[in-house]
Amino acid sequence: MLPIEVKNLYKNYFPAKSGKFAGIGNPVQHSGETATVETGLSFSVSKGEIFGIIGPDGAGKTTLFRILTTLILADRGTATVDGFDVVKEYKEIRKRVGYMPGKFSLYQDLTVQENLNFFATVFNTTIAENYYLIKDIYQQIEPFKNRRAAKLSGGMKQKLALCCALIHKPSVLFLDEPTTGVDAVSRKEFWDMLKQLKNQGITILVSTPYMDEANLCDRIALIQNGQFLTIDTPAKIVGQFGKTLWTVQSDNMSRLLLDLRAVKQIESCFTFGDSHHVTILNDQFTKTDLHKILHEIGHTNVEINEINPTIEDCFMELSKHS
Amino acid sequence: MEKVIVADKLTKKFGDFIAVDHISFEVERGEIFGFLGANGAGKTTAMRMLCGLSIPTSGKGLVAGYDIHTQSEKVKRNIGYMSQKFALYDDLTVAENIRLYAGIYGVKEKEIAPKTKELLLRLGFDNERDTLVKSLPMGWKQKLAFSVAIFHEPKIVFLDEPTGGVDPVTRRQFWEMIYEASDRGITIFVTTHYMDEAEYCNRVCVMVDGRIDALDSPRNLKIQYNAQNMDEVFQQLARNAKRTDAI
Repeated sequence: MLPIEVKNLYKNYFPAKSGKFAGIGNPVQHSGETATVETGLSFSVSKGEIFGIIGPDGAGKTTLFRILTTLILADRGTATVDGFDVVKEYKEIRKRVGYMPGKFSLYQDLTVQENLNFFATVFNTTIAENYYLIKDIYQQIEPFKNRRAAKLSGGMKQKLALCCALIHKPSVLFLDEPTTGVDAVSRKEFWDMLKQLKNQGITILVSTPYMDEANLCDRIALIQNGQFLTIDTPAKIVGQFGKTLWTVQSDNMSRLLLDLRAVKQIESCFTFGDSHHVTILNDQFTKTDLHKILHEIGHTNVEINEINPTIEDCFMELSKHS
Repeated sequence: MEKVIVADKLTKKFGDFIAVDHISFEVERGEIFGFLGANGAGKTTAMRMLCGLSIPTSGKGLVAGYDIHTQSEKVKRNIGYMSQKFALYDDLTVAENIRLYAGIYGVKEKEIAPKTKELLLRLGFDNERDTLVKSLPMGWKQKLAFSVAIFHEPKIVFLDEPTGGVDPVTRRQFWEMIYEASDRGITIFVTTHYMDEAEYCNRVCVMVDGRIDALDSPRNLKIQYNAQNMDEVFQQLARNAKRTDAI
């Protein structure tokens, strides 16, 4: 029995007859086919996995999370958490999952300690009983245990919310964009904490719009417009990129962008911080060839290197074809 | 070179808490100026002062030539502003939003219609003129919000984490719009949590505990901090902060 199993999950927030779609699954109906047409999302998560749902706003991450945590109903398809059906056995699921929704949702007018006590009581346990699970995280906010939640900084709120989600020793943890709006240093720290939880055997489903966090997951699903672009380990996704990728730099990066796009052997060119990433149409075209072209039109200090793609490169390539 | 922002020992205190601690810097016309810092470092407080929304406790600031303390209304009329959290009204159409902001920013009545048409054609939104903004895909909203923020051709536009959560392709298209605006002489003051975006700026300023701890081009900062990229520069500077999300 897998901690999470999803089959053909479909939800449209618009009425079916409206012709519009917002939600998860494939809105295109294939006419003339039998009842087993796949129109929804399917995937499963193994025990102790950190599984990432990676995609931009509006892609369907929160919708998926809300269905799996039994907060809203799908239109079609099935899902189980720890073997329990999200519709028929939702009460069992609510006892055994931890959930951190996208927005801070604890009680602003209760203190750190009061919030933690509250959640422990609601789940019929005590702070002491499962303290070992939250100890490393809680110790960082313990000096503020009498401070009201409203007065905590963003990072402290994240830590408190995580403690409250763990206090009843859930078997599955759902974290919906836990690092959005949090700065780069605190993001790193948060992921270190998740690794520790994984070592305790907790299965974690986490969503994020930050592509660099994909590498910190065991497996990921890239999601765009309600559909999965791919599901696999980050290493395998990168391995399937299938195209040659170069970084290109020169002394005039904004002109370089336009000039590279005008080169007919270059398929795509995108900015990537301090360099541009280009994919090549034809493998006969070499770095020396490109050097020559760029020199001829006046670029100086040209540097071209072949690199392995990042998850972001893969996402952009896959979303092109969807 | 025209200075669009001049900040001189700008300070903001809330009781004993010094949110912004005597910051001084200048920004030139047409620059893309990145404003980075951990949460709690004082970025938002500093930006609010520069936009004429909050009165400094001490120090001086000139934005678009106007004093942020004594001429805050003039400052507001000569800048543009866009943030991730709020940019356009979801329950108004594309054209209605443009009309509303154009009016607020004081664009002359008879210029609004032709400029609107030109903008919609340039963005490829001509068919969406009467679409409610809430029905637009996220990426389109971003681009429209930015265009509306600079509709009145201000000397400077303030962008507060404008690309949070947007898909990677749209994020880049958005930055290409920023480059175009900068080429036209509009100064861009932008805060972001995406460190690759810090690389697109002419100069970057990093706030730590209310102070400016670094101010230079990305290239010089990487040399100074012996870093491969801006993420490493930021990690080194923010790691020693007393006020971050981590506390």
